[in-house]
Amino acid sequence: MEQITNILVVGIGGQGVMTAADIISQAAILEGYDVKKTEVAGMAQRGGVVTSHVRFGNKVLSPSITPGHADLMLAFEPAEALRWVTHVRNGATVMVNSYPQAPPVVSVGLFDYPENPEQQLADYPINLVNFDAGNIAIHLGDRRLVNSVMLGAIAAHLTLSSEVLKTALLSRFKNKGTEMLALNEAAFKAGEQASLISIQ
Amino acid sequence: MSVAQQIQSNPAIFISGNEAVALAARDAGCRVASAYPGTPSTEILEFIAAYPDLYTEWSINEKVSLEVAIGASLTGSRALCAMKHVGMNVASDALMTQTLIGAVGGLVIAIADDVGLSSSQNEQDSRYWGRFAHLPVLEPSDSQEAYDMTRFAFGLSEQYAVPVILRLTTRICHVKGLVTLSIPQVKEGRKFTKDPSRLVMVPGNARQRIPLMLERDKTLATFSESCSLNVIEQGSNRQVGFITSGAAYCHVREAFPDAPLIKLGMSHPAPIEMIREFAESVGKLVVIEEVEPLLETELKAAGIQLHGKEAIPRMGELTPAVITPAVARLLGKENTIAAVGVTEVFPRPPTMCVACPHLGIYYCLSHVKNTIIAGDIGCYTLGAGHPWNALDTCISMGASLSVAQGIDKGRSEEDANKNVLAVIGDSTFLHMGMQGLLDITYNQGNVTILLLDNRAVGMTGGQNAPSSGLNIHGDATVKIDFRKLCEALGVRSERIHEVNPYELPTLFKALRDEVKVKEPSVIITNQPCVLTERYAKQPPLTVDTDKCTGCSNCLDVGCPAILVSRRETVIKPNGKEKVLSFVNIDSAACTGCNLCINTCAPDAIMPVTSTARIDAVELK
Repeated sequence: MEQITNILVVGIGGQGVMTAADIISQAAILEGYDVKKTEVAGMAQRGGVVTSHVRFGNKVLSPSITPGHADLMLAFEPAEALRWVTHVRNGATVMVNSYPQAPPVVSVGLFDYPENPEQQLADYPINLVNFDAGNIAIHLGDRRLVNSVMLGAIAAHLTLSSEVLKTALLSRFKNKGTEMLALNEAAFKAGEQASLISIQ
Repeated sequence: MSVAQQIQSNPAIFISGNEAVALAARDAGCRVASAYPGTPSTEILEFIAAYPDLYTEWSINEKVSLEVAIGASLTGSRALCAMKHVGMNVASDALMTQTLIGAVGGLVIAIADDVGLSSSQNEQDSRYWGRFAHLPVLEPSDSQEAYDMTRFAFGLSEQYAVPVILRLTTRICHVKGLVTLSIPQVKEGRKFTKDPSRLVMVPGNARQRIPLMLERDKTLATFSESCSLNVIEQGSNRQVGFITSGAAYCHVREAFPDAPLIKLGMSHPAPIEMIREFAESVGKLVVIEEVEPLLETELKAAGIQLHGKEAIPRMGELTPAVITPAVARLLGKENTIAAVGVTEVFPRPPTMCVACPHLGIYYCLSHVKNTIIAGDIGCYTLGAGHPWNALDTCISMGASLSVAQGIDKGRSEEDANKNVLAVIGDSTFLHMGMQGLLDITYNQGNVTILLLDNRAVGMTGGQNAPSSGLNIHGDATVKIDFRKLCEALGVRSERIHEVNPYELPTLFKALRDEVKVKEPSVIITNQPCVLTERYAKQPPLTVDTDKCTGCSNCLDVGCPAILVSRRETVIKPNGKEKVLSFVNIDSAACTGCNLCINTCAPDAIMPVTSTARIDAVELK
């Protein structure tokens, strides 16, 4: 069977999961692959769980990644990484933004936030890359840059060229002024560096 | 750049099934497109509205939407209407008679089934409507087919003078794939031709049309046998073969790459003879269809031996992870897909937005005792959840009012002192709630109605409605006056109150007064949806942690920007334990609606100053 790359992007509404998945898809298209991407909208703006599946290869059929077969997971929130970690294959790279966001049901004490999710994730047979992308984004000046930081972080772990990924990312900001462009480029680079450091 | 140039310069575009349907309507020369918003179909009309030279509208409900499209078709124009699956329940009155008239200009009805219920109150199989209304059903399996089949559907509709159902599902509507467009057509409308024996469906005329409809069924069945959308894919392993359609095709092809199969692009009427011949060439034949066993039943009735829902689940999506083990069981083979474990992580249910005007309503409703509250369809259905737990029913669009009327009239002595309320949003009220209100006033029910007017269709993304005063393009139009409307529907003027939902004392007073009154009353809220441009953000709030007493009153508001920073268990003077919840506010998310200030006895909540803002960020 033809080789398909399965990328699972997970997070919560408003974090930019869809945008990240779109950018990865665009990069794969630029590299000449067939691509399918699921879009789970509807509840996206209501703080619910958001997942997006990106699949690319010579010919993609089903848009859904079979549980246990994701090659790479990009998780925008540590508890969400834990929720979906069983959906990746053994040896998959799991990139986690360690900046936690608890929902109201946790905040008021109905449920507990998992204790040390990073430690729990480390028990799985995966290549875990865990870093505080949220904090990097805030230091660069805007929390919304977290998306570009995360994309920079996965660049080295994709079969796609990181230059192409960066091009796909920056093309979304080409009409938003030079400052936005520069900020997102810086965020992408910061993500690249952060993921390298956390591997060592 | 012309579309033709676009096609040349950019051979494939990466778009969702919804956008593909929209582009196909444009390129097929469609002149009128109508819809009422509904997940997963909403974006079809949003995309079409952006194209010039087409008339598009948000209709007030799906029946109206279909009738608008029917009218356009009768003028010879190509027309499309789009809806979610439950929309067709509303529109079906028009559908069931329109089938006798048929189409003049191409008439395509896109119905999007929410297989797996990502955002709906039920799971329905819209392919039934093809059987019920004697209409052909086309089922694309990806974005490219959504484009190609929508264009095909317009042609088919005109060729056989029949409305065509385009059955979509969430995995078509919301999946992006690469699509190559084809050369656009220009289709002008024709002159409306008076033809009462065809267009005026009184019994004498309708009786003449039924045999023609039945004849059309046969013609379409013959057409289906050679239709280019029905494809045999010869596989190398003939042990098991499949009949499938729509999104399920992609899943089957992926899970069983070597198996022969028939993909039914035109799944109704099914090409029975084509399938019969195919059935003889494979070992076991399995029908993989999402939701109901429609093809299975029809093929079995035609004497074809096959397997279906005894092995394949009857609800939810039929992904490789679902069908691989099911087919393995059927063949007595080992399942190649291992089930994955589930990790223990808290649920993350959707919440209302920060500063949502509904928060105040539900804060009050959850503090009013002795109620039965009928809910409706929209963002405010979330009021059934934590922390409000305020809704007792949710069924269909507009049902809050009529169900409340039934509860009022049907209640026994045990419920005699209960306050019966209905909660409904502006757009849902205009969609199908007005009739329920008229029923209540006409039949002298005793229901207190909360009409949450946020001037938008919130749940589907803040689309315009007659309550917005703006049309689908955002241009000014008639803005409905709910007070006048409710008066016209028979509610006495003294029983109608317009309130600001951020002013809790006013809201409480109106609510407590009106539930006591033994006649229908309407409380209308008047603040806009926070997702729309009409909402004006105010400076964010923060908590003075020295003043917070941990009483947790503000948490009952349910605003997602209010977070518990620390919990403490104390022993009260009466010896009972009490948990105190000290809070802070995510000032980056807060837009300063000030609702929580109303609930804070120690005045611990206040606008952010620049220093306080930094503290709030660092608290995270």
